Amino acid sequence: MSRTFTEAAIAGIGATEFSKESGRSELQLAAECAKSACEDAGIDPRDIDGMITFTIDNSDEIGLARCLGVKDLAYTTRIPGGGAAAAATIAQAMAVVNAGLCKNVLIWRAMNERSQYRFGQNPTNMQGYTGGHGTGSLLWCIPFGAMTPASWGALQAARYMHTYGITNADLAHVSVLERKYAATNPKAWFYGKPITVEDHQNSKWIQEPWLRLLDCCQESDGGVAILVTSLERAKDLKQKPVKITGACQSIPYNVEVISNFYHEDLTVMPEAQGTAKRLWAQTGLGPKDMQAAMLYEAFTPHLLMQLEAFGFCGKGEAAKFVRSGALELDGIIPTNTHGGLLGEAYIHGMNSMAEGVRQVRGTSVNQVTRRKVENVLVSSGMAGAVLSAV
Amino acid sequence: MSTPTEGAPAAPAAPKPIRIAPIVTPDAKTFWEACDREEFIGQKCGDCGQFVFPPRPMCPHCHSLNRQEVKLAGTGKVVSWTIPRHPPPFGFREAPIVAVIELAEGIRMVSNVVGIKPEDVKMDMEVEVLFEDTMNKHKVHVFKPRT
Repeated sequence: MSRTFTEAAIAGIGATEFSKESGRSELQLAAECAKSACEDAGIDPRDIDGMITFTIDNSDEIGLARCLGVKDLAYTTRIPGGGAAAAATIAQAMAVVNAGLCKNVLIWRAMNERSQYRFGQNPTNMQGYTGGHGTGSLLWCIPFGAMTPASWGALQAARYMHTYGITNADLAHVSVLERKYAATNPKAWFYGKPITVEDHQNSKWIQEPWLRLLDCCQESDGGVAILVTSLERAKDLKQKPVKITGACQSIPYNVEVISNFYHEDLTVMPEAQGTAKRLWAQTGLGPKDMQAAMLYEAFTPHLLMQLEAFGFCGKGEAAKFVRSGALELDGIIPTNTHGGLLGEAYIHGMNSMAEGVRQVRGTSVNQVTRRKVENVLVSSGMAGAVLSAV
Repeated sequence: MSTPTEGAPAAPAAPKPIRIAPIVTPDAKTFWEACDREEFIGQKCGDCGQFVFPPRPMCPHCHSLNRQEVKLAGTGKVVSWTIPRHPPPFGFREAPIVAVIELAEGIRMVSNVVGIKPEDVKMDMEVEVLFEDTMNKHKVHVFKPRT
């Protein structure tokens, strides 16, 4: 049989509840969200033939395949880079479907990242900070007291904020908006709990004078899965198909995952610029063609830097852009409409990609209605995808 | 050999270092061993002469394996900084000033600015290297405002 190019689409999304203590194993969370994504699509879990997750996910493929009864796995891979590379799972799934290697690719990420371990606390084991663990050169930070993602994120954001005169109070508008979206999302941990600029400014310093508590993503327990198949097949399944119009990764020279202080211009995210350049070239689309965006924001400044990298506004203008209401439902580019990683949950960016799917389907609790949603950008910084209506 | 002067008060014992010792990988061994001797060295390509950091086995510019470890000027400027407040990082009695230092040689590294109060640190502040003790009898490079 000759090999041909096959268009890929997202046919299913699934998630567990988002909590601070799931009370069950990460493998169980993985199995539950995977089953839920298959049910959403109308695909038998036993027919999954590709599996993709993050290098740092603690469940293994065979363990999960044994839960789901997967008959014959044709392809497995893992992406390095933690949440920054979340969207690379979509690029991988797209590529293997395009190449005809798989028919039903399961992407999953499941973690007890609050009850079992916490990314936001000091490390208890230095092993993860050496090469081969997907997080680059963190070993050069640890002896100096930079030992949490917030510390690395602050060092990454500080030069940008300093250069453009962005203060911590400016960041409050990102948090307030995300919590406003979360407040109307029953799945969000902060459902019904909006905040004010004052609440943000009263929250404790995590990294002074850059990041307060309310600039940081949550720590969450939960799992999210996405089921990718061919566009042709997706059309016959339960949900409205969401075409993967393009997806790519970008790791420019001297960029690191989060200890990203070695590249030339510290006021930009070269990886997001690279993702934008590659994604826009791949799809023939641009920022004006997007009706919504889901941008990975472990910390608020990184959302601003991505808005600039993808060309939604000019360099140094993102704080004003946010304040102008551009990310609201009736704004230029409604962003993180589920409440983001601050408001909904921190499932390493996967939950934001699921919201991208819902916006294309027209099923978000905070649905963009002012314009018909044709294309949604999902970006995790080092990778991105354009999800489109068919 | 001198002996302590009779009757002189004993010098107060320096507080025991609590800073975490560096995580030493094979390609960075030379750097950290030099720190232990209070020498600040950098990796320069033996063929094209360009500096790189972090240390690595191959020059990204000309792909030479000819590494030279050369003495660095030890001067630079603060290009980014933060004060970690929560959680308080391991290894410090008071919140440190964590900074990204751009050295005169053009390479950058994470370190601390010491000898000043957190409110006195400034972007682009000129600094110079010194060394501080860590646990397990090692040393790391830190920086103080340039005099």
